[in-house]
Amino acid sequence: MATDTIGGFDASTELGGIRLPNPVMTASGCAANGKELQRFFDVAQLGAFVTKTVMLEPRSGRGTPRMAETPSGMLNSIGLQGPGIRAFCEQDLTWLKARGARVLVSIAGGTAGEFADVAAHLRASDAWDAVVGVEVNISCPNVANRGQVFACDPTTSAKVMTLVREQLPRDTPIIAKLSPDVTDIVSIAAAVLGAGATGLTMINTLLGVVIDTDLLRPQLGGLTGGLSGPAVRAVAVRAVWQVRAAMLAGQIPTAPIIGVGGIATGRDALELVAAGASAVQVGTVTFHDPSAPLRVRDELTALVRAKGFSQFTDVIGIAHERIARP
Amino acid sequence: MRDVVQVDAEVIATRRVGAYHHITFVAPGVAELARPGQFVALSVGGDSSANLLRRCFSIHKVSPSGTYGGTVDLVISAVGPGTEWLSGLRAHDTTSMVGPLGRPFPLPKEPVATVLVGGGYGSAPLFWLAEALRERGCRVDMVLGAATESRLFGVVEARRAADGVTVTTDDGSMGHRGWVSDVLPAIIADHGVGVVYACGPMGMLKSVTDVAAAGGAVAQVAVEESMACGVGVCMTCVMPVAGNDGVTRMVRSCVEGPVFRGDRVRWDAFEGGVCRVPEDALGATAMRAH
Ligand SMILES: Cc1cc2nc3c(=O)[nH]c(=O)nc-3n(C[C@H](O)[C@H](O)[C@H](O)COP(=O)(O)OP(=O)(O)OC[C@H]3O[C@@H](n4cnc5c(N)ncnc54)[C@H](O)[C@@H]3O)c2cc1C
Ligand SMILES: Cc1cc2nc3c(=O)[nH]c(=O)nc-3n(C[C@H](O)[C@H](O)[C@H](O)COP(=O)(O)O)c2cc1C
Ligand code: FES
Repeated sequence: MATDTIGGFDASTELGGIRLPNPVMTASGCAANGKELQRFFDVAQLGAFVTKTVMLEPRSGRGTPRMAETPSGMLNSIGLQGPGIRAFCEQDLTWLKARGARVLVSIAGGTAGEFADVAAHLRASDAWDAVVGVEVNISCPNVANRGQVFACDPTTSAKVMTLVREQLPRDTPIIAKLSPDVTDIVSIAAAVLGAGATGLTMINTLLGVVIDTDLLRPQLGGLTGGLSGPAVRAVAVRAVWQVRAAMLAGQIPTAPIIGVGGIATGRDALELVAAGASAVQVGTVTFHDPSAPLRVRDELTALVRAKGFSQFTDVIGIAHERIARP
Repeated sequence: MRDVVQVDAEVIATRRVGAYHHITFVAPGVAELARPGQFVALSVGGDSSANLLRRCFSIHKVSPSGTYGGTVDLVISAVGPGTEWLSGLRAHDTTSMVGPLGRPFPLPKEPVATVLVGGGYGSAPLFWLAEALRERGCRVDMVLGAATESRLFGVVEARRAADGVTVTTDDGSMGHRGWVSDVLPAIIADHGVGVVYACGPMGMLKSVTDVAAAGGAVAQVAVEESMACGVGVCMTCVMPVAGNDGVTRMVRSCVEGPVFRGDRVRWDAFEGGVCRVPEDALGATAMRAH
């Protein structure tokens, strides 16, 4: 696979045996499935394109209002609107493949079995060879457990990974996307890595509520929503930091981390990388600047290069070696 | 060929018009591509702004080859932090503009009689629509309605752009006291109107759709849903609309709209500032499961 080299600088990164030409991706649900952003830049230029989480059947999503702006961020309650895995494979994945994009497909289910069914349909798709990995969005409600999200419970999270793993070839990276709304994110990371996950994406949105003070009622139709944007960046850096530290300490298996949360610039991306991320995703800021994912790629590579490194992978987790202890 | 651009737009003129601010931006590329009914998305608050989301505005008019390059005119009602900030812009200030966005008003193939209905600043995109319609030989009547006189936009311009103009205000401060839907039936009947175009608040668009249907006309309405991105990637701007196949889907009003056939919009789902998913909408069953 091609490597982005700029003036001798090697921008490539590795994700569970798959080499990506550069470390910058879209974030699931913040880029639709490619066509819309292709009007602004070539999605095949990204390290990978991460698709909107898809489930087995078509979903209408929730009613509106679905969003509220918050300081340096927003709250959303989309409700995983999507076409269902069959239409996704026939239309969206096929389109992405024709563009030459590397696709990280985000999947979810209301039961552990549904996750596996979605993975099986994906594996059977004619466009499967465009898939560089599967991101498993476990921050979605578990029907069997009164709607509590899978990601809050190590046992159900692990079960999802085991069942998805059974449906996919051994060399397909399976990336578990974790929620920061847990007491101990390291224990969830340990559970999913123990159950066959190749790597981790951190973080999904944080649960929030906005009250409309004119009407004195919650602003979102779905009441609660997921908080994202620069407002959550420090939480994302913390999550990546804690999990990477646990890997370095030998408490959990070493695995690649994809950092996401509040990235607006190459500098922001470098924070997550220095904390331990091998790749990054640009989400909410794409709504502000539709060219943001590619801009962040250019800013990040220029910044790492300007700091005197010859390859991107040299800065992954570097902050753990440079702790200043007072 | 590119159908959308992202440019730093520079303000060259700004003036107050009643309760609104009319701003002219130099925005190379946008003017050349735009059609009536499309909109632009502007960044607000400057580079270090905590207001991350773009604000969307209907294009009032464009001049593709002005002295300064292509210009885009917008009419802005200050209702919150973003629109307040935009209203405070002065000549030579800049902000990022993405556009043109959305689908334009469809134009009839035959020269039919039309009525253009604008509620408040909703009249902003109707004047260059009127021009395009008259070029095709269509009769154009305009109905401008608002709560009060200062919230009307373009009454003088309407007299030049249209064959007939009717004004309504809720308080009777100008024109007929009442709503646009009070005067619309007679205009549709008098001129044998085939298409009603409307832009304004949701409640008005619903009643225009009903009045048009009763008069045997097609309604084309430009909606205004809360939008986070304006370019089709976030799924916040959806509303229930029936397709050609009769199936209702939660469609993105930024890319599939903002102009919809009024009789395709599921007005029954809107109530009290929220919109629910109709039970028969595609994918509604899966939502009930989890
Ligand atoms: C297609 C389209 C065309 C529009 N044309 C015009 C126009 O010509 N002139 C004009 O004055 N206004 C227009 N609006 C409405 C305008 O976008 C909102 O008034 C504006 O976004 C409010 O921003 P704010 O920061 O002042 O208010 P806030 O209420 O603080 O906005 C907060 C957030 O909610 C969103 N939002 C709030 N109200 C609306 C709304 N009514 N529509 C869409 N998003 C909203 C904003 O984008 C922002 O993300 C249009 C909206 C759409 C969708
Ligand atoms: C509107 C919106 C929709 C989202 N949809 C999904 C989704 O379908 N699946 C998912 O795993 N994450 C989803 N996310 C979360 C993002 O992928 C990302 O993890 C989070 O927003 C933090 O990154 P950011 O601050 O860069 O946006 C969504 C976020 C937003 C704002
Ligand atoms: S505003 Fe984002 S999809 Fe329409």
